[in-house]
Amino acid sequence: MAATEAFTLVFVGAGAVLFLAGTLGLLRFPDTLSRLHALSKADNLGLGLVVVGLLPQCESVTGALKLVCVWLLAQLSAATASQLIAGAVYRRKPGP
Amino acid sequence: MSLLLDLALVAWLLALALYVTSARGDRDAIVAFIAFGLLLGLGWTRIAALDVALTEAAIGGGVTGMLLLRAEAHLRKRKPGGPSKGVVGKAVTAVACVMVTVGLMLVVLAFPSPAPTLAPAAAAALPATGLGNPVTAVLLAYRALDTLLEKVVLILALIGVWSLAPDGLWGGAPRLRPALVPEPLAYLAQMLPPFGVLIAVYMCWVGADAPGGTFQAGTVLAAMWLLVMLAGLSPEPETRGKALRLTLIAGPALFVAIGFLGFAMAGGFLSYPESIAKPLIVGIEAALTLSIAATLGLLVAGPAQMASGR
Repeated sequence: MAATEAFTLVFVGAGAVLFLAGTLGLLRFPDTLSRLHALSKADNLGLGLVVVGLLPQCESVTGALKLVCVWLLAQLSAATASQLIAGAVYRRKPGP
Repeated sequence: MSLLLDLALVAWLLALALYVTSARGDRDAIVAFIAFGLLLGLGWTRIAALDVALTEAAIGGGVTGMLLLRAEAHLRKRKPGGPSKGVVGKAVTAVACVMVTVGLMLVVLAFPSPAPTLAPAAAAALPATGLGNPVTAVLLAYRALDTLLEKVVLILALIGVWSLAPDGLWGGAPRLRPALVPEPLAYLAQMLPPFGVLIAVYMCWVGADAPGGTFQAGTVLAAMWLLVMLAGLSPEPETRGKALRLTLIAGPALFVAIGFLGFAMAGGFLSYPESIAKPLIVGIEAALTLSIAATLGLLVAGPAQMASGR
């Protein structure tokens, strides 16, 4: 019991740290592309760590599968949104 | 610890609400409003109202946000730097809003403790409906008339939106597709709909016994449909189409028909015979889900912008 709880604490804690770092990056980085870069870390790895940390707390296998699905769907939407925003930036100012 | 979380949530909600009302640009206000809807959904989960939370996130955060964003883009195209309301207009609006809020606060504070509740009565009658989710029982059995009128209002709203089309375009198709469809969007529109449809069917089905239901499922379906139309994978439907119009009214029409059958079978409008209450309710829910999906999708798509082909 204690082992699974320690596992959850460590992984969810690590995920929270990544979200904090991603938010800091979103607020502090100078341009859109690097802000997106910071955000994707929080979205992908941060949420992934939180989900992995919560897996031992699931009461059923289907509950765990739903959590993993949430992560995968969030990945898909976050990746698409990043690509769309980056594409819009790229088209607006054709840089080097 | 959870008190801390709740306080942070309330503080965020208040801050976002203030920002929405004071933001300079319309688009900033709308983006903040979408975030507000999602946070409010989180707030509903904190008081264990999961059905409301799902609806708030789907409607308040999702559909309304997209509706407002499209309206804003439309207005921006029409008149750059449109007229803003005068100081008097803003002050009157602010005073009226504050009065409504204060009135609601006084009403809430005036509740006797413990507050009057119908929850035990609702739970006691649950077996007669064959349902396991008391919220669905309230929506489709105890207060079915309210739900029915709600769906009719949605259709009236759609007629209002359609009426904005110029005479020459009446009956034509709305336009959602951008001139250039970005590749990631097309990819998402190919990948996501199978999952979205599955989730919508699940939400509609599980709504009988657990949080979920027609509105949430209909919103997810509408989102999938909009995604496919936005990516140009499926053409926007002509608003004069017979099949489309039948889909729009199928749900409410079935609801009304079963309601009138109640006179013959169970002794009153919208009352179900106990033995087949659950199949009837699930049937109404399925038809309503399709109608809501079509209505919400077309509301976001807006009035006709392309002349009818026929």
